[in-house]
Amino acid sequence: MTAMTPTGPAESLHEVTLTVNGVPRSASVPARRLLSDFLRHDLGLTGTHVGCEHGVCGACTVLVDGETIRSCLQFAVMHDGAEVTTVEGCARGDGELSAVQRAFGECHGLQCGFCTPGFVTTVTAYLDQHPDPSEAEAREAITGNLCRCTGYQNIVASVLRAAQLRREEREEAPG
Amino acid sequence: MTTRTVGEPIARREDPRLLTGQGRFLDDIGSAGLAAAFVRSPHAHARIVDIDVTDALAVDGLVAIYTHDDLPGRVGETLPVLIPHEALTHGRTACPLAKNEVNHVGEAIVMVVATDRYLAEDACERIRVDYELLPPVVGIEAARDGDLLVHDDVPGNVSAHLVQETGDARAAIDTAPRVLDLDLEIERSASTPLEGRGVHARWDGDDHSLRVYTSTQASTSVRAALAAKLELPLDRVEVIAPDVGGGFGVKIVHPWPEEVLVAWAAIMLGQEVKWTEDRREHFVSAAHERGQLQHVRVGYDDDGHLLGLDVTIWHDNGAYTPYGIIVPIITTTQLLGPYKPGAYRAEFHSLYTNTVAVTPYRGAGRPQGCFAMERTMDAIAADLGLDRAVVRERNFIGPDEMPYDHGLTFQDGRPLIYDSGDYPATLAKVKKLIGWDAFEAIRDEARAAGRRVGIGLGCYVEGTGVGPYEGGFVKVETDGTVVVATGLTTQGQGHQTVFAQVVADELGVALDDVVVTTGDTRRFGYAVGTFASRAAVMSGNAVALAARKVRQKALRIAGEALEADPRDLEIVDGVVQVKGVPGATIPLRTVAVLSNPLRYAFDAESQRATQFAAPADPDRPPVADDDEPGLEGTDYYSPPRSTFANGMHAAIVETDPETAEISILRYCVVHDCGTLINPRIVQGQIHGGVAQGVGGALYEKLVYDDAGQLLNASFMDFLMPYASEIPVIETDHLQTPSPLNPLGIKGAGEAGVIPVSAVLASAIEDAESSQGIRISRMPISPSELYHLRAEATNEEGDS
Repeated sequence: MTAMTPTGPAESLHEVTLTVNGVPRSASVPARRLLSDFLRHDLGLTGTHVGCEHGVCGACTVLVDGETIRSCLQFAVMHDGAEVTTVEGCARGDGELSAVQRAFGECHGLQCGFCTPGFVTTVTAYLDQHPDPSEAEAREAITGNLCRCTGYQNIVASVLRAAQLRREEREEAPG
Repeated sequence: MTTRTVGEPIARREDPRLLTGQGRFLDDIGSAGLAAAFVRSPHAHARIVDIDVTDALAVDGLVAIYTHDDLPGRVGETLPVLIPHEALTHGRTACPLAKNEVNHVGEAIVMVVATDRYLAEDACERIRVDYELLPPVVGIEAARDGDLLVHDDVPGNVSAHLVQETGDARAAIDTAPRVLDLDLEIERSASTPLEGRGVHARWDGDDHSLRVYTSTQASTSVRAALAAKLELPLDRVEVIAPDVGGGFGVKIVHPWPEEVLVAWAAIMLGQEVKWTEDRREHFVSAAHERGQLQHVRVGYDDDGHLLGLDVTIWHDNGAYTPYGIIVPIITTTQLLGPYKPGAYRAEFHSLYTNTVAVTPYRGAGRPQGCFAMERTMDAIAADLGLDRAVVRERNFIGPDEMPYDHGLTFQDGRPLIYDSGDYPATLAKVKKLIGWDAFEAIRDEARAAGRRVGIGLGCYVEGTGVGPYEGGFVKVETDGTVVVATGLTTQGQGHQTVFAQVVADELGVALDDVVVTTGDTRRFGYAVGTFASRAAVMSGNAVALAARKVRQKALRIAGEALEADPRDLEIVDGVVQVKGVPGATIPLRTVAVLSNPLRYAFDAESQRATQFAAPADPDRPPVADDDEPGLEGTDYYSPPRSTFANGMHAAIVETDPETAEISILRYCVVHDCGTLINPRIVQGQIHGGVAQGVGGALYEKLVYDDAGQLLNASFMDFLMPYASEIPVIETDHLQTPSPLNPLGIKGAGEAGVIPVSAVLASAIEDAESSQGIRISRMPISPSELYHLRAEATNEEGDS
């Protein structure tokens, strides 16, 4: 039963424009296109990963107007006009790794790397609000994200190290 | 000297890519291609009466619908039993698409291909399958009863029955001064990597070749299996494992139905086709593990020395046996841990149920075996009023007894012979780390304050690095880059770092100059796979041996160029030099140029290798009879048998007297996996293993109802631990090198998970010692602990 001629009606499309990592991006998509699929497959930003499709694992976490959201639970059309930051946009403008990304590398806070983009975005947003967490707070900050590889030991360490690196960056910043 | 990197906690070289969203996982590939989705059985056991696709034909974007009847030749036939065994008398596997009958919820029946996944799923929803329901067999007891059958032609639901015995265990037990019986149970769990399965295939009709990307732990074997199924010459098929988002065992199974079907559809349609597994599909159609019932009968003397051990296992293998009976074989052999069992008899029955197939999940039968042995040790200690550590130590195989032959056959078909290990030293270290000897005072103090705290201990020995072999390829490019390839795959173990460390040290080059590729059959075609804690042992040694070959060749060519004896040469930071003679040097990249005599010069480097560039003996061929062009080498490591790592864990837990909540206050690990290539990566493996062990001990179980419906097929309901559930893990290690391989490595990948259920059961029982409860089933939840307390109280009241 192959190669049949489709006969059904095509879905109506909606133009969605987001500012993603500082760059305006548009695509025409059906109303039901998930934001995660929009970013990954319509815009080609495959750094955002989908681990469960029901908002539990956190791998798909992106920042919309600075707040973390689970992009697998949202439709792209809901965010027309929004500012979105994905893991690809977490590196500094000069292409250098951000403090959070460097901390994960230094502390071995990732193994297979599949959940990592969600941790990077989550921790980036958390440290913007809570620059000086205790160890217990660092652990609490990541309790919405699943990792099957690391046992979280080095992710907690990465959060604390990232906070330290960001403090150092602030102290070194001119003015 | 080039700085040695083996043994150093080198930061991983794959991380910058993975941290910036530049990883390339399966679903990141081929967005422009077609998408596949599957109609899967909603019933655990049923006959397929009719499949009606009429309504689906109206879906816009539909490309094709396939059922079993559409699959030609070998494509539609049953999938292979990957590991045959003479005891597996009734091995059964599924067809890629169900033929007449489905045997578990989630079994694939129809494949739909459409222009995108949303549309493919639309079409799936419109396909109607009529079923004649059959009574399902759910749970080990139901399977064992044998009243209802999963497969009509498998009597008693028994796929395999195997007995291994050394000595006369039953006679030894009958004459032993003391005897105990234990009935134990471990429930089902699963690997659940964060990335599910997935496959992408591209057929090149002009080249008549197939390229398949699949999220697998065994790309070379997927290649061979697909070539066989699709009846293509092997050299027309290439299979690549891209970045793999965790495996933990489940991705060693192959070929999955979807691997065969997606590849076949890509050929049929002449277009790229991709299938990305969703989370529910992973729960109901990939694989599970762990579920066993166990009976242990042990005879021992008044000092706690084992005299005879008789273990019977009823192993739930699910609906099919694609991976053979490896899991129960491992349970019954690795159960022995660091101990001398006296006479030993192990018997298992591997049983069909109408549930997802059971194949290895990290630990692969060892956590169950360890649970049986360690529960037995605790029971003996309780019976004799002895310290649990003392009973264990009295039964240890001594370091002076190595190598130790158990007289059994291991999972690789080779004798179960431990190569090395110092178990008393491991025990001493873990006792010190957790403060074992000082704990009684802590327990008493807590009890006086109304708190219940307890300590537990668990020991394991893990056969790692199973054969038959792995290979390595090392090549020095003319720009000085050292290209390394090995065929096994990577799913988070940091192979791009650790194999680079090995090669950098062996060759004498900077780590940054080494580039490693794994799991790509275009780069290395002979391999087995990444499982059984074998990658570092197997490919680590293989790339070391290949690098040694390259080094020898480099020294020979450099010796000719420098007019020096190769024995007087060394390689430091990528430069060959005469020891103690400053200035007599030649860079390795230049040696690479000289290794490949050229007719044509295309750049400044290659001019040095053309026929008029250097004086040559006109009577010798430019490439000698026993030589080959290029500064490269391939070699293989094939061990006589597995190498055995060991470790011991100890934990302190607190149980709430009211709510029965279980908290892990401390968790300590001492492990010995021989020579460490990268201690940071090994520690990460231990952390991850312990976390999965904690999940398996306290949270994770797959719950089927009587109809064979998996009730918790989501991350909402299957309780994988978050950071809030995992304690701080304290680690220490010994390094007893393996005498079996050049680098002295033993595997570490699975170690962390093995003893956790045993350790926590021991610790909870200790915390509850005033209640007199016995823990025989894991995982244990607060409500189950609460019920155990109630049962113990009732029994007390009854007596």
